[in-house]
Parts: sequence; C-alpha cells; structure tokens
Amino acid sequence: MSERRRPTKGTYGVLAVPVAVLLIFFLIPFAMMVATSFYHRIEGGFYEPAFELDSWERLFSSVFLERAGFSIEISLLAGALCIAIAFPFTFFLTRMRRRAHVALLILVLSALSLSEVIVGFTWSVLLGRAAGISNILVWLGLMDEATAYQPSFLAVLLGMSYIAFPYCVLTLYPSLTRLDREVTEAAQTLGASPWRTFWTVVVPISRPIIVAGFLLVFVFTLGSYLIAAILGRPEHWTLSVFISDQASFNANVPFAAAMAIFLTALSLVVVGIVTIIESRTRRLA
Amino acid sequence: MDARGGLRLEGLVKRFGDVEAVAGVDLELPPGRLISFLGPSGCGKTTMLRMIAGLEQPTEGRVFVDGDDVSDRPPHLRDIGMVFQSLALFPHLSVAGNIAYGMRIRGVDAGRIKARVEELLELVSLQGMGNRRISQLSGGQRQRVATARALALEPRLFLLDEPLSALDANLREQLQVELRLLQQQLGITTIMVTHDQREAMTMSDLVVVMQDGRVEQVGPPLDVYRRPATAFVARFIGSTNLLEGQAMPNGRVKVREVELEVGEGLSAHAGDRVLISVRPEDTVLQTDREVGANALSGTVVFVRDLGELFECYVDCGLAENVVVAGSPRDRVPVDQGDAVTVRFPPEACVVVSG
Repeated sequence: MSERRRPTKGTYGVLAVPVAVLLIFFLIPFAMMVATSFYHRIEGGFYEPAFELDSWERLFSSVFLERAGFSIEISLLAGALCIAIAFPFTFFLTRMRRRAHVALLILVLSALSLSEVIVGFTWSVLLGRAAGISNILVWLGLMDEATAYQPSFLAVLLGMSYIAFPYCVLTLYPSLTRLDREVTEAAQTLGASPWRTFWTVVVPISRPIIVAGFLLVFVFTLGSYLIAAILGRPEHWTLSVFISDQASFNANVPFAAAMAIFLTALSLVVVGIVTIIESRTRRLA
Repeated sequence: MDARGGLRLEGLVKRFGDVEAVAGVDLELPPGRLISFLGPSGCGKTTMLRMIAGLEQPTEGRVFVDGDDVSDRPPHLRDIGMVFQSLALFPHLSVAGNIAYGMRIRGVDAGRIKARVEELLELVSLQGMGNRRISQLSGGQRQRVATARALALEPRLFLLDEPLSALDANLREQLQVELRLLQQQLGITTIMVTHDQREAMTMSDLVVVMQDGRVEQVGPPLDVYRRPATAFVARFIGSTNLLEGQAMPNGRVKVREVELEVGEGLSAHAGDRVLISVRPEDTVLQTDREVGANALSGTVVFVRDLGELFECYVDCGLAENVVVAGSPRDRVPVDQGDAVTVRFPPEACVVVSG
C-alpha cells in the first residue's frame, strides 16, 4: 500500500484553472442573476438597480405555480419514459456481439450531433398533417384521413425524450458493460428464465444507475424550452419557455431571473428527494 | 437420492468461429461421484462444463443426464447448481437472499425457504450470517455462500468452474477438503473444472484429462498418475522423466546403448520410436561404479534439498536431464559433478504415446 500523497502546490495550480472558470462563468453570473431578481423593472424597457420583492411575489401567482407543476410533471414523465426504453435497450446492446454493439452505439450517439431546433422541427413535420406519419397510416388503410399529432402534450414529451435518450444511454452504458455475465448466468442456473433474470437480478443490481439516468433526464428536460415551444400549445409550455418569454419578449428580466433561480432550486429539491428515497430503500433492502 | 445425475456426452463439438474449443468428446460418467475436468487453460474444459449447464449450445453432439437428452433445454430448466469462477453472487441480496434465490424463483413458501436457508448455512458453516451483505464477507465465506446457493434446490448435477481459484493457497487446500467431504456427505454428482492437478487429485473420484479440446485420459486420479496414457498426461499430472528409445524384438526398449525392461507388455513393433515415462520418485540413484540392469550412467548436474523432498538432476546423455527425487532421509550423498548410475525399476517404466 502506497501512502496517499499530500497535495502539492502543483496540484492546487492545476485546480486553479477549473476553479477560476467555474467562478467567472458560473458563480459570478449566477450572483448577478440573484441580484437582478431584486431589481426594479422599468415598464416597456430595461431595469434599474433596486431592492424590491415584486418579482418574487409574482412567483406565487397560481399561473406560475401551475407552470412549475407542469414542468416537473413532464420532466418526470420524460425521465421515466427514457429509462423505460433506454435501460432494456442499453442492456441488450451490451450483450450483443462486439461489431453490432459498436455500430448501434455510434448510431444512437450520432443523434447528439443534431441541434434541438432541428429535432424540434423534424418532429413537428413528422407529427404534422401535411407530411407526417399519419399519412403512412392512411396509405396502409389504418386511418381514414391524415391528422396532426402536434401541438400536443405527447408531442412535447416525445420530443424531449428523444433529445435526452442518447444521454440516458451514455449514463447507463459503462455500468451495464461491466455487469458480470456470470451473475446473470448464475440466476439462470438457479431456475430463472431470461425474463425473470432481467427483473430479479439485472434491474435491482442496476438501481443506482437507473436513478442516476432518471435524474439526468429530469434535470436535462427541465431546462429544455425549444421543444415545448415548437411542439406544444401555450398550455404545454414549460417553465423554461416562460422564462425565455419573459426575458426576450416581455423584457421583464428581473422576473425571468427570479423564475430561473426558482427553477434551479426546484430541480435541486427533486434531485435531493429522489436521492434520499433511493438510499433509504437501498438500506432497507 | 442416489444414482442421480449420470452424465453421457455424445460427439460433443463446440466451435467459436474458426476455433474448435471442444473437438469431439464422448464420455460416460457415473452418478454420485466427483469428476474433474483437468487441463491447461484453453483446453476446452470450461466450454464442456458450460455445455453441460446449457450456458453454451454445442455445435454438434448431445448431452444426456440420467438418459434424458437435455441438449435443447435452456439452463433454467436443467436442474443444475453451479459455482462460477467469479462466484457470481448477487450483490444486491444478503447471504440468505442469495441462498434463497432459486427457491423464491420456484415459488417455494416462505416458511420452508427459511428452514432450508438455515440448514444450508449450517451445512457450509455460516450459521448466523444470513443477514450479512456479500460485501462484508471474506473470500472463503463468499465461496461457501456460492456453494450453498448452488445446492439449495438439491440439483441433479453440481457444477464447479474453478471454484477456488480466487482464494489464497492455504484456504484453497482447506476448502478442497471441505468441498470434497460435503460432496461425499450429499452423494451429489459433481463435475469440477480445474487446471490444478493437486486439486483434482485431492477431490476427485475420476479425472478427465483434456488437451486441445480432446480427452487424453479418463480414470481414477492415482491410476492416471501411475499409468499415464500419453506424454502430455505424464507431464501435466506431476512431473516425470520421459526417455525416448527404440522398441526391440525382445520386448525391451533401447535407450542410448542400454536395453530397458518396461512394466507392462510393449505393444509397439520392433524398431518403432517409444517414449517411456518414469516418475522422479520411482527412479533410484546409485553411486556404485557398476551399471546394473535397467540403469543409465550419468553425471550429477544439480542437487537440491527442499526439506520435504530431495532432488537430483542427472545428465545421462539424453535430451533432458533425468530427475531423481526422494525423501531426504534416503538421500544418497552426491555432489555436483559426481559420476552416478540411475536405475529405472521395470514396474515404474510406463510406455506412453507421443
């Protein structure tokens, strides 16, 4: 056993760069945002330094709280949907032969190169009436006439999940690759069918990364606003759409700042709750 | 309970792409015994075990257990218990949860599971440890949990894939004895894969020596040791002196200029090349000048005394030095460079095939 080396001046030197980056590009802007949220808004224009709670009071309006609830709901659903698809997908991916496995992984990850705007408009065409998938159903004789599936709640959910899916696969991939093949084989020699092996061994062993993947998608989609703006009606708008709406169109930067801080706090609370529940139940198991 | 798990393998072949891991194996193995598949790594022994378990589909051939053809049965319907090389314990379950897993899958009722888990914990000397987590156990304890888990459903076949390879030498020896006693107590048909000849000798009723996907020899461990069929078996199990010579019309073998008498009748034709295996502990070192019958003269090259064993390397003008071994009590006082005679008692000379 080698003794743990004490950090030297060099170590701190290396750390100084990322710390400085974090400070300049993350903490300072965040502090500025906190300050802005207390500023006074000048109607139809800019804002001026002040200390007032107007923007924060507006957070407790029923419209706003409803939006916040909706955002959390759709992000939780997107997280669940992504895990439900990405977990089995990634598991079977890692059990495939090497070549097929790598090819499929590259295909999935190539979706990362698409911008949110392109994905949004592509889905909007696919789910639209003019050239969408309903035309195929009509052609197959399964439907009488083409319809539009967007704007709708499901379209927003679908679009968000599509964007988050590759990230979810990336989170699950390393640990599923390392899952010892002999463990699943052991379950089978003990009488478990492949299906039961999946549910009684693979899923429980992978619980920590399932939770991690779920939280990643949750936080990720909570911040997404283009998809909701493109594929949803105003009642499907998430908090993020509202924030950009307030900042860019209503020119109410102090209120947008207050909402942004609130959203950050909200996602931290949800992540905290899920983490606590996860560790509690693991200890009980 | 007895006479369960008789195994018959017919023309078993397994190819992975161009590689032939198992190249045609026919075996009939008796129930209730511990049988070892012994061979160097890559000889196909683990692949054979996995085909018996159903974890690998044979490319050709069939597997019969108690006369039933199980070749097309998936592993979860084969009535087997297996201990894996990595042990493959379930990290999310407790010790008791691991042992109970198979019973839970079969829907055994909770009361009976509890009783059986207690019984198994006692069987592997882990009483009172049911609630421990796997990560809290030592290597030896983990091995015992894996054993108990595999035996929980009283399977027809108990399969062990290098079950002790993760343990240090002392613990290994101890668990070899424990596992063997457990197997004898339960009378369960057991097949163990190992590359360790000591392990195979310690534990087995029957040894199947394998090389390059083929069976080289099958027999009780001591028979295989004393009468190896091939040069490979002679070398792989214990160490040996291989003497190359020529078959003579009188049934002897000519090595260098000396005619050696061999133990069992020589079946080779006169003039054929013949290999003789003589174990180092069966050879006799002599210092008298006179070269007697069945002996070669030579020069001592190297001597070592290991306390429990005395070894002397003698250059007899053959391709390799002849090794003579014995108890230090019977040590013949020789030194490097001494001229000696090495005698090969006829009954110790076994003719082996190349």
